[in-house]
Amino acid sequence: MTAQAAVTTSTRRPVRRRISTGWTLLWLNVFLTFVFLYAPIIVMSIFSFNASRQMQVWMGFTLDWYVRMLHDERVRVAAENSLIIALVSTAVSTVIGTLTALALERTRFRVKSLYEGAMYLPIIVPEIVMAIALLVFFNLTFQGLDQLFGLRLNFGLGTITIAHIAFSFPFVAVVVRARLADFDRTLEQAAQDLGANDWQTFRYITLPLLMPGIIAGALLAFTLSIDDFVITFFNAGVGSTTLPLEIYGRVRRGITPDVNALSTVLLLASMLLVLSSLALQRRRSS
Amino acid sequence: MAIVEQIGPSERAVTWRERLGDAVRQREGLRALLLAGPGGAWLLFFFLLPTAIVFAYSFARRGPYGTVDWTFTLENYVRFFDWLYIRVFLVSVWLALLTTLICLLIGYPFAFVIARSPRRWRNALLVLVLIPFWTNFLVRTYAIMLLLRSDGLINNALQWLGLIDRPLTMLFTPFAVVLGLVYGYLPFMILPIYASIEKFDFTLVEAAQDLGANTWQVFWRVLLPLTLPGVLAGSILVFIPSVGAFVTPDLLGGGKVVMIANLINQQFLTVRHWPFGSAVSFVLMAIVLAATMLYFRIGETRRI
Repeated sequence: MTAQAAVTTSTRRPVRRRISTGWTLLWLNVFLTFVFLYAPIIVMSIFSFNASRQMQVWMGFTLDWYVRMLHDERVRVAAENSLIIALVSTAVSTVIGTLTALALERTRFRVKSLYEGAMYLPIIVPEIVMAIALLVFFNLTFQGLDQLFGLRLNFGLGTITIAHIAFSFPFVAVVVRARLADFDRTLEQAAQDLGANDWQTFRYITLPLLMPGIIAGALLAFTLSIDDFVITFFNAGVGSTTLPLEIYGRVRRGITPDVNALSTVLLLASMLLVLSSLALQRRRSS
Repeated sequence: MAIVEQIGPSERAVTWRERLGDAVRQREGLRALLLAGPGGAWLLFFFLLPTAIVFAYSFARRGPYGTVDWTFTLENYVRFFDWLYIRVFLVSVWLALLTTLICLLIGYPFAFVIARSPRRWRNALLVLVLIPFWTNFLVRTYAIMLLLRSDGLINNALQWLGLIDRPLTMLFTPFAVVLGLVYGYLPFMILPIYASIEKFDFTLVEAAQDLGANTWQVFWRVLLPLTLPGVLAGSILVFIPSVGAFVTPDLLGGGKVVMIANLINQQFLTVRHWPFGSAVSFVLMAIVLAATMLYFRIGETRRI
């Protein structure tokens, strides 16, 4: 059917496209897929305004769940934790990721292919494996520090942030590297011909031209951090609950409408983040 | 004296040149170290070393109270061959394969339509695919959970229509898990296939038709083989996160559908048998690596 459709368009393009059964079915597939992709999140958002405690029957519009959420101490703490972790993790992984991209694209060293391969590992390895690996590592390190120096450390915001940086910076490196790969190097040569030294060339030519890639990488790192559940779940401690952990905890305890409100807010936040990054990239490229 | 003076400058020149070369080389080495160092160090300490520890744990024994006893043993890997755990392994691979197949059946025609639609629509359609994908995975899984519950919207609608009298059990079944996985990873299938169909030269279709090929022949012999790289990339991108999925089987399977990641979770947080949990983690890593290698192997043979 797909091929038939291909044939109709390519051979009769000048003529107005005849609506064949093939195309009808193809567009039906597109339509149903979009329904499948959007229906669950739209239904969830709608029911976050439902006045009933019993969730799937519409009892009228209310903002109660949102008001309740605003006054919820646990939600406030979780939101603060999520934000602190995401901001620190984004800042560090953007810097490390950009340096890594420059290393991969602009320098030569002996173990480079090994280094490059290793960089992709956190992207490929299943989240759960990375999560328990970090859990085991931190546990062992803390035990060692306690025995050797009597230093008592524990799981918390620190361990979560370190873990987030570990899985975010390779993504930043990939994004920045793509930007570096189609980079007009003659601009740098021109700057050097005009007497700029290495640092000046980097500061005034390379960095500004790389900026869209770096910003896109930073936004990606922020989204990855805010959204992460699995790795956070295994490396969190007492009092370091993030928004996804809070939602998970509530869902496990039994579904109540306040989870809908919280989820809808998180959903809108990440959508806004992605759309602004898209708009930013579009404005930069045009 | 004269001889010494003659040798002197030339010797000095050599050392100068050497020193300059050394300095340049050192500077380049230093720059490489400064650029590659932070990423390398972070990866070493917070990824490679932890993974190595898990690997070591997988050959250790479980001590009392969930501690680890460092005596070498293969019993954790042997234990995995117990039917109880082999079943978990088979269920995971089977559900991941099913997810991949469903994503392919929906995703290929979907990508085809986008790639053949007017240029100004394409980006909008792609963004529409990506928007839900970029939102929180846990939230999306929860949204599916809401729909599938026995007092959820689907059951309510079906009962209201009079199609069923008792609510269907959809949540906590393999069906729910596959649905959640397809929902989560479908864009991973659509994007690479879209990229390869978009590059496809559609005059080849006309050529095949002129040579007498019918619709199916054009699809099977021309379009599909030439867009196979996209199909393979999409399949691997869906299979890998599906086989290692944790949140989806945890929430939508509700303990009734146990996949490898749930087994690992259980061994680490509930049973506290860390060595066995580590061994299971390495089995999962092996599956993922095997799938990745298979992908590259197929890619290579196809290029020849």
